[in-house]
Amino acid sequence: MTVNTSLAGGPSTRRRRVSSVGFRLFTYASLILIIAPAVWILLGVLFHALGHWRWDVLWTPLTAAGGGLRDQILGTLLLMAGVLILAGTIGVLAGIHLSEMAQLKKNGKPSGGLLRTASDILSGFPSIVLGYVGYAALVLYFHWGFSYLAAVIILSVMVVPYIAKTTENSLRQVPTGYREGAEALGMSMGYSLRKVVLKTALPGIVTGLLLALAIAGGETAPLIYTANFANKIPHSVTHASFPYLTYVVFSFYDSSQVSYHYLAYDAALILVVMVLLLLVASRIIVARTQRHAEGARTKTRPPRAPKPAAPDPDPAELVDLPFN
Amino acid sequence: MTSVGGVAGDVPATPPGRATPREPLLRRVGNVFRANEERGWRWSARVAVLLPLVALVFAVTVLALKAWPAIRVNGWYFLYGKNWTYGDSYGATVHTHGVAHAAGAQFGAWPIIAGTLQSSFIAIVVAVPLSIGAAFALTERMPAWISRPLGYAIEILAGIPSVVIGLWGLLTFGPWLAKNIYPALASIASDLPNVEPFNYFRQPVGTGEGLLTAGLVLGMMIIPIITSTTRELFIQVPTLPKEGGEALGMTNWEVANRITLPWVRSGIIGGTVLGLGRALGETIAVVLVGGASLRLAPNIYQPFGTIAATILSQLDGAQADGTGFAVATLAELALVLAVISVGVNLAARAIISRTSRSGGPVGSGA
Repeated sequence: MTVNTSLAGGPSTRRRRVSSVGFRLFTYASLILIIAPAVWILLGVLFHALGHWRWDVLWTPLTAAGGGLRDQILGTLLLMAGVLILAGTIGVLAGIHLSEMAQLKKNGKPSGGLLRTASDILSGFPSIVLGYVGYAALVLYFHWGFSYLAAVIILSVMVVPYIAKTTENSLRQVPTGYREGAEALGMSMGYSLRKVVLKTALPGIVTGLLLALAIAGGETAPLIYTANFANKIPHSVTHASFPYLTYVVFSFYDSSQVSYHYLAYDAALILVVMVLLLLVASRIIVARTQRHAEGARTKTRPPRAPKPAAPDPDPAELVDLPFN
Repeated sequence: MTSVGGVAGDVPATPPGRATPREPLLRRVGNVFRANEERGWRWSARVAVLLPLVALVFAVTVLALKAWPAIRVNGWYFLYGKNWTYGDSYGATVHTHGVAHAAGAQFGAWPIIAGTLQSSFIAIVVAVPLSIGAAFALTERMPAWISRPLGYAIEILAGIPSVVIGLWGLLTFGPWLAKNIYPALASIASDLPNVEPFNYFRQPVGTGEGLLTAGLVLGMMIIPIITSTTRELFIQVPTLPKEGGEALGMTNWEVANRITLPWVRSGIIGGTVLGLGRALGETIAVVLVGGASLRLAPNIYQPFGTIAATILSQLDGAQADGTGFAVATLAELALVLAVISVGVNLAARAIISRTSRSGGPVGSGA
């Protein structure tokens, strides 16, 4: 879109044309520079792992001579399950409170400001700091030792703010008409929450949970401080170090044993596949609900709590990438 | 949303067991459940929403209590000192201010505080222009069928576990840079005048394990955050001013620079600061790629340390200190890191809420 006459007093046509073409080249180049490392990492892990891939890595236990990663894979899945139960319950309930109940204070003031700030600050805590807190408090002071329980609690503290935020956001997208309709039909608040509001918001909540699991499964630093590492899954949730995949990637690559080097790349591949599956699942859920919710979303919404309209949206809420 | 009769209202306020004695047990249990459902939701949600606050207070308390002896003994030296030694763990225990620690122990964290700032600075310098450029390419230049898969690819980059990125950075990317890119960079720097910012880029380039590699890897890790923020913001810029600009004969660059960017400037700053928070706290990738040193990097290619990486890499060393003083010093490090990243996060929010109130963006940024 260049013009042929130069603007009076402005830069020359030639300079403007060059800057326009340069800008266009710059945008493409930066896109390539961003995508290329992602492709490079994925292909690198794939080739390193597939070069010597054995399927029995998935079901043989880790031994001093090599073996497989059975207990590490199971351990990561068990950590995810623990986080899903603990952080999922707390996070979803906290999101329900922030979205559905925070405005119901008796003095009519919107509450939850302090709680929301606490949640924001907690989500800004570096994971290694939370790991240290887990080490000092749970592992040492409570005498739990390196353990599954300490690891699950610390991972949960890490992802609860994220789950609360995604839950709150997806509950806010439920049209107010649904709530009012439920109330008009004589449903109690609890019944309408369970049967109408949560049901509508469920896809968004599940997406948030899946991404939170992806974060938890990919964490390393806080786990080293709380779960340490083990070859086998222990029989106790306390006083026993716990196995997980990320540690294998972190420490096996420079082991004196070559078979351990292979395991590091195998673990990396398995981790990447797990995370990709979670991402794809969340994408599918989002795509399906968008298709179904088209009618509901275009309806006019009566104003709820009067909120001052901000010209710029808060980027913290725009980022739907969980990994911050 | 108060309860107005209906299902819940049919149940009397008196205990259901006495009010409906003939009903079967299952229904009575159901009635009790239904009568109390709202209260159950309310109370469980109230407890759940308090837990993040409790966890925050707990974490800060634990850190402060644990770090207090270290803060008293290390004093201000912790923030400006350059020497980090555990002292003689097997020798005599010395008491300073009533706190036991190994003789000769000295903890100056300036090199790793500086390393944290340096690597995050490199990450921001790399990530911000690339993210903005890519966001432009994705929103302004491409049809949806091609920009959407590329958007997914960036999302995948965000999802790759940081330990996998760290492994790639250590075994693949770092050596590649040290072989192909760094020598060229160093030879350019050696032609430039021998002053402070340039000679930091001179030889030796090392093995690729060091400050610049870590900064680049950190940049890669925060690019998805900044790109997706910026992209969402660009989509929200109304089309009319942009079309107006084009109708006036503005070039692509002029529309971007004078209309789109000023419109969303505060949002981009906010997204950048969010990314900065991530870069400051990243641990495992920096431990792998940065060389986990406790000294200042002599040049930009050499090993260095960040606060987060040191907390992890020095755990074993600190546990060897029988007095527990070294572990307390790690708590002081964690406290410093927490203060920095929470400060950065709150600053991001403050910037956004302040700048978003100032009037119309068009024209003001040109």
